Amino acid sequence: MAVDIPTVKKIASLARIAITEDEAARIAPELDNIMGWIEQLGEVDTTGIAPMTAVIPNHLRLRDDVVNADPLTGGGIRDAVLSNAPQAEHGFFTVPKVIE
Amino acid sequence: MTDLTNLGVAAIRDGVRDGSFTAREVAEGFIANVSAGKALNAFLVETPDHALAAADAADAARAKGETLKPLAGVPIGMKDLFCTKGVITTAASHILGGFTPPYESTVSANLWDAGAGMLGKLNMDQFAMGSSNETSAFGNVISPWRRNDGGNAALAPGGSSGGSSAAIAARLCPAATGTDTGGSIRQPAAFTGISGIKPTYGRCSRWGTIAFASSLDQAGPMARDVRDCAIMLSAMSGFDAKDATSLDLPVPAWEAGLSSDLKGKRVGIPKEYRVDNMPPEIEALWQQGIDWLKDAGAEIVEVSLPHTKYALPAYYIIAPAEASSNLARYDGVRYGLRDLPEGANLQDMYAATRADGFGDEVKRRIMIGTYVLSAGYYDAYFTQASKIRTLIARDFEQAWAKCDVLLTPTAPSAAFALGEKSADPIAMYLNDVFTVPSSLAGLPAMSVPGGLDHVGLPLGLQIIGKPLDEQAVLNAGLALEERAGFTARAERWW
Repeated sequence: MAVDIPTVKKIASLARIAITEDEAARIAPELDNIMGWIEQLGEVDTTGIAPMTAVIPNHLRLRDDVVNADPLTGGGIRDAVLSNAPQAEHGFFTVPKVIE
Repeated sequence: MTDLTNLGVAAIRDGVRDGSFTAREVAEGFIANVSAGKALNAFLVETPDHALAAADAADAARAKGETLKPLAGVPIGMKDLFCTKGVITTAASHILGGFTPPYESTVSANLWDAGAGMLGKLNMDQFAMGSSNETSAFGNVISPWRRNDGGNAALAPGGSSGGSSAAIAARLCPAATGTDTGGSIRQPAAFTGISGIKPTYGRCSRWGTIAFASSLDQAGPMARDVRDCAIMLSAMSGFDAKDATSLDLPVPAWEAGLSSDLKGKRVGIPKEYRVDNMPPEIEALWQQGIDWLKDAGAEIVEVSLPHTKYALPAYYIIAPAEASSNLARYDGVRYGLRDLPEGANLQDMYAATRADGFGDEVKRRIMIGTYVLSAGYYDAYFTQASKIRTLIARDFEQAWAKCDVLLTPTAPSAAFALGEKSADPIAMYLNDVFTVPSSLAGLPAMSVPGGLDHVGLPLGLQIIGKPLDEQAVLNAGLALEERAGFTARAERWW
């Protein structure tokens, strides 16, 4: 299936990336070319094959039920969390108004 | 006095231990080389104070008669994908402009705990997406190597760990960290005549490493020889409860286990890696590698990995799909760039920030990933690719019944010129044809220099091993290294 300009605009919107008409026109053939190359995967018979979920067998661990057992991943570090925010006020991330 | 910057990790460690020179002298030598090497554009941030502090700590420990740490006195370069506390970390992207992590990645913390110091943060392809270092938002890294045909074309140092490879090849650091999602340690190592190993998926914690494709991303060392890689890898590896995919296994003493005697070992040669249009020089080097491993005592067997040709297209579904999800976090709210056009609402702000902050290749991959995960296409693309990934891993499992390691070329060509492939994404992607399959299967794999091509550029050989058998990979790499006797280095022009 061909990746055309309306498809590119739709994908860009889903991906939250602003694009201009010119960019969509430039990107569409690029993505179409790449997706066309990827189409060869359809040749492979994968009947009865399970999709891979883990490359190396591993088990999920449960951690001890302790608050802040590892301070690096624990809480109580609001200022550190906010330290790189483009805009932070009153201990919160701030964004443009979302309700009128 | 010898130039200390010609020494590798083991020689520096041993020399500092026995008092042949001080760690400070070593650090000062490399700091001077970093300063003089700006034309390579390998470093994004220089941190001489970090390197000197670690060096002084090593010298002080020795003066007090303490046992020195495994990397005491060794200054290294840190790929900019690793978060370093208090030191700007951008993954070479504008979208993380000014990001100063308030925490340290596990891999870098492990290295500092082992006594290493940091010379600086190394340039790379933006978010590790690239094979030539041309996608960095901070300019191309220039390889120290040049063709000896009289041309002065600036060459790619490989990617994505191209700052790491260029810096080591130019003696700006004796070793560096890299990360490998589809070949980003091995291909740049091959392009610059150095060594690099991607360990088994899960050996090195991903915590604090900026995510690209989480089921593939794996850190590893790059250095001038196999022994130095083994030393670095031991320091970087280890279980970390902060990464759900970290392997809870002891770290083997890889350096102590090094042996180039391959008697009783079987080396598989996968016939599907004889790709069309492979340059005869690569073919000849591969044969030379086979002869070297025979000479080391190994038995050579032909094996088949029938799904090899589907690895790259499967990778270009799986990796972008994971990237589109991982990179959703860059929204202009929590860190990095915010672009808020006049009168814009929240959705506009997200879209403007991401349009401004991400480079073209990153956008391309996010959009491919978004497309293959979108309603109606998920099964046809993502599920099918994940099934093919199972088949690729199964190919390797079946090969292990016949052999202990595999030998292949690392890349289908020597370093290409900057700009040569950047207009054609698929031509660029094809450079990873030999490295991607083992990434999809999570296997340890390394590149070691094998020789030079007809214009004097390095070519690499790749060893792929069984899960968790980094030792066999390193040992076969050592056997190649001893026989290749690779001593060529880039003539200084910078």
